[in-house]
Amino acid sequence: MKTIRMLAMAAAVPALAAAAQADTKIGMITTLSGGGAGLGVDVRDGFMLAIEQDGRDGVEVVIEDDQRKPDAAVQIADRMIQSEKVDILTGIIWSNLAMAVVPAATAQGVFYLSPNAGPSALAGKRCHPNYFNVAWQNDNLHEAAGAYANDAGLKNSFILAPNYPAGKDALTGYKRMYEGELAGEIYTKLGQTDYAAEIAQVRASGADSVYFFLPGGMGISFLKQYAGSGVDLPVVGPAFSFDQGILQAVGDAALGVKNTSQWNKDIDNAANAAFVAAFQEKYGRLPSLYASQGFDTANLILSALDKAEPADQDAFRAALKAADFDSVRGDFKFGDNHHPVQDIYVREVIKEGDVFTNKIIATGLTGHADAYAGECKM
Amino acid sequence: MTYILVLEQILNGLQFGVMLFLMAAGLTLVFGVMGLINLAHGSLYMVGAFAAAAVAGWTGSFLLALAASLAAAAAAGALMELVVIRRLYRRNHLDQVLATFALILVFSEGTRWLFGSFPLFLDVPSYLSGPISLPGGIEYPLYRLAIILIGLAIAAGLFLLIARTRIGIQIRAGEADREMIAALGVDISKLYTLVFALGAALAGLAGALVGAIQSVQVGMGEPVLILAFVVIVIGGIGSIKGALAGALLVGMTDTLGGVFLPRLFTLFMEPASAASAGASLASMLIYILMAGVLLVRPSGLYGGST
Repeated sequence: MKTIRMLAMAAAVPALAAAAQADTKIGMITTLSGGGAGLGVDVRDGFMLAIEQDGRDGVEVVIEDDQRKPDAAVQIADRMIQSEKVDILTGIIWSNLAMAVVPAATAQGVFYLSPNAGPSALAGKRCHPNYFNVAWQNDNLHEAAGAYANDAGLKNSFILAPNYPAGKDALTGYKRMYEGELAGEIYTKLGQTDYAAEIAQVRASGADSVYFFLPGGMGISFLKQYAGSGVDLPVVGPAFSFDQGILQAVGDAALGVKNTSQWNKDIDNAANAAFVAAFQEKYGRLPSLYASQGFDTANLILSALDKAEPADQDAFRAALKAADFDSVRGDFKFGDNHHPVQDIYVREVIKEGDVFTNKIIATGLTGHADAYAGECKM
Repeated sequence: MTYILVLEQILNGLQFGVMLFLMAAGLTLVFGVMGLINLAHGSLYMVGAFAAAAVAGWTGSFLLALAASLAAAAAAGALMELVVIRRLYRRNHLDQVLATFALILVFSEGTRWLFGSFPLFLDVPSYLSGPISLPGGIEYPLYRLAIILIGLAIAAGLFLLIARTRIGIQIRAGEADREMIAALGVDISKLYTLVFALGAALAGLAGALVGAIQSVQVGMGEPVLILAFVVIVIGGIGSIKGALAGALLVGMTDTLGGVFLPRLFTLFMEPASAASAGASLASMLIYILMAGVLLVRPSGLYGGST
């Protein structure tokens, strides 16, 4: 008993010393293992790059892997809030995990900044003063794709997405802006890897274009099979199937495909140029949009810390809302529901030397806010 | 127009079924001969795909990549059998499931450690890319046709191996009575390693063939593993013939159901909800099929021995 108390004392002394230094504790819960790890790794790397560049004392980041499992994410969040006493949480990639963690975290007085997931509920009816989304509301990129389809004169789209909430949001978002006819609408299985049956239906449908939302490996499979099928219609998608981590695995099959994104490495501003160069130097690869979102999230937090302490909730919230930082997207501001109001670009997949990447060819939507802002009573 | 679509979907179902057979053949042999539930069979599929992607990246040759997938998966399978699986034959199924589940985690994180978190590139070779015109006016991807032919050839080879060769006789004898075949002087542990490596090689080949048209990434084996288990349960555990029948049945049901159920639903629902409801029911279809088969034949289509 005595020894235990001694040990506890010994442990407590350095902990106190550390507490005096580390004023702000940030908890990052993200996906670092399993099939979706590429996204979490990018968010983490972008986030940590900004923290390192800033280099200030008094900010501590705790990183944990949620394995893409809602129950694991909830457990980690509880531990971070209750025993590690974090002030700010961030990092979650997937909307279903965000729905499991965010409402409980913000209800306990913690700030949550989303670097990726933007489920419609958190933008609308269940919005919260302590919740900020630094990336986008889930529908945004799809809405921009619908708007682009109108501009490009596409009149008969075949649309497909996985049969889960974000997939339904995707097709809803596309249809919200798209004015043409639908040649077909298919919901595929989540995690499906063979699209021969769907591609045959596209061929038989008489469509003039294909819009698909198939994140990660699903998109890689679809594009490779589409390229081999001999169907030769233009393809449009959101950036999730064409980010820097995925393009190398798709190869030539993705060349020329149009996709929508709020960020690209060729957005012309000083912060972005410095970010792309620094990321490449540190990690030896080009950043993806996920990395840019992690980078912006960290810089937003740092800019708010310059003005206020998280303990002073009202002042810190106001400092976050002001978004007084150099975003790699250029101008960045929050709407009243704490979601970004931003330009969304249309990109085309190109090859630079041996590397597949994107270049911006048009602006899909300008100063776009999400469709759920009106439902948010904050 | 519609009949072309139907024919094309039948070919798609056949191709999917043939791939499932390559996975299920190894699984059912291992279960039948050794009585072992191997959850890590999907990891061998992943090993094959990663080996193929790595070799294709170095050499540019697809045939070398296929050879590498066979060799790497067989080696990984043999190693797995010698180091871990061998200790599990006498244990109950729960221990086997736990240990092979642990192997999935080891393989997944090991692969990530070696190759990183991002998907790898593996493409169809140029001489197999693009569509060809089949009689009847069907445009069909040449590579998928090649997969069907390779798969059927392997199925035929497996039947010959099991029915006509000395090893085949030993495998069948091992299924029927393990103690007796050991008493007759057959080196049972060598036979087990061989069967395990053979099953692993088939899974690795499936991974490489499919990897060229899908994405080569960590965790790619688990969804296929679940389907392969459905296949061997439908076909009857331990039966190669059952695995082939089950694989083709599951492939056809899944493909045709996914295409035609949503269309059927549009007859009495509006398109958006028909698409969603039809897709939901279609994804359940193979499990309904499995339940139906088990109701009529509790030990599967060709599984009468146990």
